[in-house]
Amino acid sequence: MSSVLYDAPGPRAKRRNVVLSIVFVALLVLLLWWVWRTMDDKGQLKWPLWEPFTTAEAWTTYLLPGLGNTLKAAALAMAIALPLGAVFGIARLSDHRWVRVPAGVVVEFFRAIPVLLLMLFANEFYVRSTDIGSDQRPLYAVVTGLVFYNASVLAEVVRAGILALPKGQTEAAYAIGLRKSQTMTGILLPQAVTVMLPAIVSQLVVIVKDTALGGVMLAFPELLNARSTLAANYADVIPSFIVVAVVYIVVNFALTSFASWLEGRLRRSKRSTGAVLAPDEVEELNPAQTAGTFGTGAGGTI
Amino acid sequence: MPSSYATHPEAREIVFDFLQGYDVLGAFWMTVKLAVFSALGSLVWGTLLAAMRVSPVPLMRGFGTAYVNIVRNIPLTVIIVFTSLGLADIFGVTMGTSDFKIQGFRLAVLGLVAYHAAFVCEALRSGINTVPVGQAEAARAIGLNFSQTLRLIVLPQAFRAVIGPLANVLIALTKNTTVAAAIGVAEAASLMKSMIENEAQTVAIGAVFAFGFVVLTLPVGLFLGWLGKRLAVKR
Amino acid sequence: MKLRKVTAATAVVLALATAATACGSGSKSGGSSSGDGKTIKIGIKFDQPGLGLKKPDGSFSGFDVDVATYVAKQLGYKPDQIEWVETKSADRENALARGDVKFIAATYSINDKRKKKVDFAGPYLLAHQDLLVKANADISKATDLNGRKLCSVTGSTSAQNVHDTIAPKAQLREYSGYSECIAGLQSGAVDAVTTDDSILAGFAAQDKYKGQFKLAGLKLSNENYGIGVKKGDTATMDKINAALQKMVADGSWKAAVEKNFGPANYKNEPAPKIGQIVK
Repeated sequence: MSSVLYDAPGPRAKRRNVVLSIVFVALLVLLLWWVWRTMDDKGQLKWPLWEPFTTAEAWTTYLLPGLGNTLKAAALAMAIALPLGAVFGIARLSDHRWVRVPAGVVVEFFRAIPVLLLMLFANEFYVRSTDIGSDQRPLYAVVTGLVFYNASVLAEVVRAGILALPKGQTEAAYAIGLRKSQTMTGILLPQAVTVMLPAIVSQLVVIVKDTALGGVMLAFPELLNARSTLAANYADVIPSFIVVAVVYIVVNFALTSFASWLEGRLRRSKRSTGAVLAPDEVEELNPAQTAGTFGTGAGGTI
Repeated sequence: MPSSYATHPEAREIVFDFLQGYDVLGAFWMTVKLAVFSALGSLVWGTLLAAMRVSPVPLMRGFGTAYVNIVRNIPLTVIIVFTSLGLADIFGVTMGTSDFKIQGFRLAVLGLVAYHAAFVCEALRSGINTVPVGQAEAARAIGLNFSQTLRLIVLPQAFRAVIGPLANVLIALTKNTTVAAAIGVAEAASLMKSMIENEAQTVAIGAVFAFGFVVLTLPVGLFLGWLGKRLAVKR
Repeated sequence: MKLRKVTAATAVVLALATAATACGSGSKSGGSSSGDGKTIKIGIKFDQPGLGLKKPDGSFSGFDVDVATYVAKQLGYKPDQIEWVETKSADRENALARGDVKFIAATYSINDKRKKKVDFAGPYLLAHQDLLVKANADISKATDLNGRKLCSVTGSTSAQNVHDTIAPKAQLREYSGYSECIAGLQSGAVDAVTTDDSILAGFAAQDKYKGQFKLAGLKLSNENYGIGVKKGDTATMDKINAALQKMVADGSWKAAVEKNFGPANYKNEPAPKIGQIVK
């Protein structure tokens, strides 16, 4: 932990810490007790409301197919957005103004628009201009919205990943006579992929969370939407929300943990250049900041 | 309706016909209000959380870590809906009003604050980590206690280092206000949805709302990015 | 050396992605089975108890489902040849126009705007916009709602109408589904839920809510539930009309009403005559 802020506690500090801990715990317990009491009063803790979640059917009929759709949409969005993001990320690093500027405009544009609007718009586009079946259309719309947004975020990831590599890599590549494209595909990109992996995995968390937007607004049958079918059947609205929230936390926490495990592994690894792009370092790249100055970490991906 | 169109009635009729009867500016004003109140709230709550996460009291650290890891991993939609269904309906948190319109707005702000505070906290924490140990050691050497060290020495430096990341949280927050539509707050996304359902010009409607959000988010990003660079502590 | 790690790392991400995809598609593949290939796709709601509800065992129940099953039988399809498709309210016209489903029985009220886009068989049920209130509540007319809290789903015009025309001082809470509203009604957070009485009766008849709510019986509007078919598909429409007439005649219609709405003390209207729309 960041012990930068305080010395090892002395006897007085220790006593104060204990007192603070006790007060804090007391407050926390008081809050939890109130939550428990109120839920009990409102009859939300009755076993019949929670009992469905112990049956296999609640999971196999509603929640697991919903989770499957969530992960499917997330995986598709990531699989499509990644190459697209790579193209735009590299385009933004181009030496040619006519490539760099349009790519930058596209990326900034889609980063500035809410995913929800992108999804709604994509859905409407598919309704009016294509004949995709209504059972598949929500998936298409959700994935399209996610791809547009995340491709532009991933473009920044790729750009940051390439910029995070030591300058010597490029210089050495030029020195042995490689062309620009050879340097990019042979030297920079392969290393950048390693550098970017933690950031990419944690972007998956964002995508998984954002699929829920499609559930509410477009009736995409993902986890949150499956919850509403489930709640209509068992009449357990509040418990179902809590259970679904826990499922999201477990899935995303697994992804986050995987990302930080990956990050730690890559950082410790001796064979790499030592540059690793932490999940939360990407957003640091602000529209206004052009290149290079990250490393302070940031608020994580949203 | 923007008054400037009134001077060119014919242009308005042709180009902005589909806007007739919709309070687009009002919806965006709601978006702005949501964003401003939530931003202030998340800054306060996020700073408190960050203080907990770096505090010497292990329990508070544990709480801060748990809060961030739980809230960050839940979809915002779930949190927003839960403020209304859970907090208001079950726990009777009325947010000091019995008017559902105002209550919905305040609940949405509460949900947005709860969610984005986790990101503000993480941004600040990483900002605190950029402050060299020597700064804090020097502060303690001249006899400042923990809260003084944090308030006078560490946070002012940390805040400067995190203007960029905080700007990103603010931009994300502005966009995330659209989720408030899920509990019936009449902001931009909910208006766009109903307009799309009723009008034919989908592309034009989409363009108007996209433009609205670009106008809201891009200047903020550019300005705060510039500010962050200017104020950055040179080391 | 470096290449090996990159490959490994890429493989991890790809494995992750495919695992997720496989997981998703695996759960979906159960849809298009049925041996002889002769199936019929019918659009219903999945989340409305009493009308169209997906049950835990994967089967479906409700009045719309019973009507659709009967009609399908008359069209020559056995129950196990029916493929149920979820058609959300906003999506019904599109689903018919593109032929995603043969017909739709999903609380689909006949109105002029919709008639321009689809053809309707029926009506097969006359419902009314109504209020669901607690069993001991003193709300007997719509104006009683003034100063009370009313719940409906986001973007619902019926709630907006009540608010705008009948009880302007009513407070409107909007949720994404009716089950959330009903939960709010149970906890006392709202005083009334408004939509079609058939839908409300379906919720009120659920085991967990039985005896707790009552319908106010206001008849705020007339909702003629029809079976939607693709515009111009008069052959199917005529067959469905014949099937509906037969269903009423042989008593199956009444049995279905009693089975699905009975427990809610729902006073249903007599079976509507085909083509007779109550304005």
